[in-house]
Amino acid sequence: MRSLGWIALNGFRESVRDKVMYSLVVFAVLLMGMSYTLGQLTAGQDLKIMKDLGLSAIAIFGLFMAVFIGIGLVSKEVERRSVYALLAKPIRRADLVLGKYMGLVLTLMVNVTVMTVALYAVLAYVGWGENEFARQAREAPALDPALLKAVGLTLVQLMMVTAIALFFSTFSTPMLSAALTLGVYVAGYFSTDLRNFDQVVDSRVAQLLARGLYYVLPNLSPFDVTAQVVHGLPVGWRYIAFTSAYGLTYIAILLVISATIFSRRDFK
Amino acid sequence: MTGQARRPLVAAVAAVLMLSALSIWLQAERDRWPLPTNSEETLYLSQRATSRIVFAHRALVSDLYWLRAVQYFGGHTRIAQARQAGVLGPPPALAAAPPDAFNLLYPLLDITTTLDPRFNIAYRFGAVFLSEKYPHGPGRPDLAVALLEKGLRNSPEKWQYWQDIGFVYYWSVHDYLKASAAFRRGADLPGAPWWMRSLAATMLAKGGDRNTSRLLWTQLYDTANNEYARNAAKMKLMQLKAIDDLEQLQAALDRGVLRSLPRDPAGTPYRVGPGSRVELSPESPLFPLPTEPGTRIGS
Repeated sequence: MRSLGWIALNGFRESVRDKVMYSLVVFAVLLMGMSYTLGQLTAGQDLKIMKDLGLSAIAIFGLFMAVFIGIGLVSKEVERRSVYALLAKPIRRADLVLGKYMGLVLTLMVNVTVMTVALYAVLAYVGWGENEFARQAREAPALDPALLKAVGLTLVQLMMVTAIALFFSTFSTPMLSAALTLGVYVAGYFSTDLRNFDQVVDSRVAQLLARGLYYVLPNLSPFDVTAQVVHGLPVGWRYIAFTSAYGLTYIAILLVISATIFSRRDFK
Repeated sequence: MTGQARRPLVAAVAAVLMLSALSIWLQAERDRWPLPTNSEETLYLSQRATSRIVFAHRALVSDLYWLRAVQYFGGHTRIAQARQAGVLGPPPALAAAPPDAFNLLYPLLDITTTLDPRFNIAYRFGAVFLSEKYPHGPGRPDLAVALLEKGLRNSPEKWQYWQDIGFVYYWSVHDYLKASAAFRRGADLPGAPWWMRSLAATMLAKGGDRNTSRLLWTQLYDTANNEYARNAAKMKLMQLKAIDDLEQLQAALDRGVLRSLPRDPAGTPYRVGPGSRVELSPESPLFPLPTEPGTRIGS
């Protein structure tokens, strides 16, 4: 357990040293700042646009971090041959995989927090200058705490994507892992269509296959509640709890498979 | 830092400044010779296709389409107004179907509201954009009503959309029965203000007399939640005032007691046109004045 913590902490330090990640965070924060200018062009609805842009920036830049750092978690160690030195130490291979994953999740949490603070800062500035009519007419307040619900679910989604990237990186090359992870990410948004496949095809086999894929592929669209939060629609805690629990279960499955593959891998 | 060590830095700064100046000049020169483009191109997809292609971050993409719609409307309005104010108007064949006919405005608004079905402003402002007469807009109240009806399908609780439908029927179509019916439908919804019901009654009784128009625009001005809507209502109120002014000035001119021509509410002087008619200057921001809704027959 202690070794797991050390590996996670080292993984976090390693990610922090990665300059690409800094540029992504800086770019996301700048984008949110720029949304103020963009809001001026919109004939009203500047707050909505800032919230949309801010939440999307967190999700998109978080996705880049999750994919491009996630795919290197294991493969980089193998490529640099530092994996031999690590495996010579009294740590289990499974701990190495889990520790690496936790390190990146910690990094993602820090980055998402920075981007969220930046988003709230921009919203506070805009909300401060609002007149009374605009305040009464808007669907949700500028500093709406419900935005944190969207951010929280986005974080769980990013944790899933990281687990997917880690899974592919245990047996594939970095480039292929990135392509496969992004492919699964896109498919994850369409998985609801697979559930309704029986409405478009008659073949029983195709229906069963589609239903099977629906349960196997990650269902990522329920994690995107931006539209509801921005329009002040309710997102219940029950929904958040079930969706997060689904995400965490899916992550656990992927981590078990990744650890098993990595444990059985021959590095000779 | 010694003078010798500073020299490369100074040289680099000088080089960057010179190259920046060159870059600005090159851009300015290139902009003098723009390539021919077709601005009438957009990716217009069906509602179903749009929903599939934009599988994530729909709200953000809808914002981008909204920005595009606002810019498209603003740009085409400017071009159309410049064309109308020009010495040489379009030839008659073109005048019937103006070249800046805002063809893409509805598609852009349709995509915006498909991607974000609760995009309140896109429905409300979109309807205003669509119903404005050429050159201020495409003059398509039918599409304005269609857009607002789409909004009501997605958010049936929005009494504001009924208010806007009533407004389009009143101001653009001059169908007071439908306008009154729309105001009444909106008034029945929870949260609707008390004046919606009296507006429906006034509409039915008096139709489009100028005071009803003034009442309607004043309500919109007082309840506007952003500068754009407030300015639009202010502009209409100034136009109504200009119509009042023109009637009084014409009467004074006919009686031979008009000594000088005052300025319109936007600050441009009125002028006397052909046939000794006092009229608004085409250079006024209020030009052209709207066609006034007529008074209901029998009232």
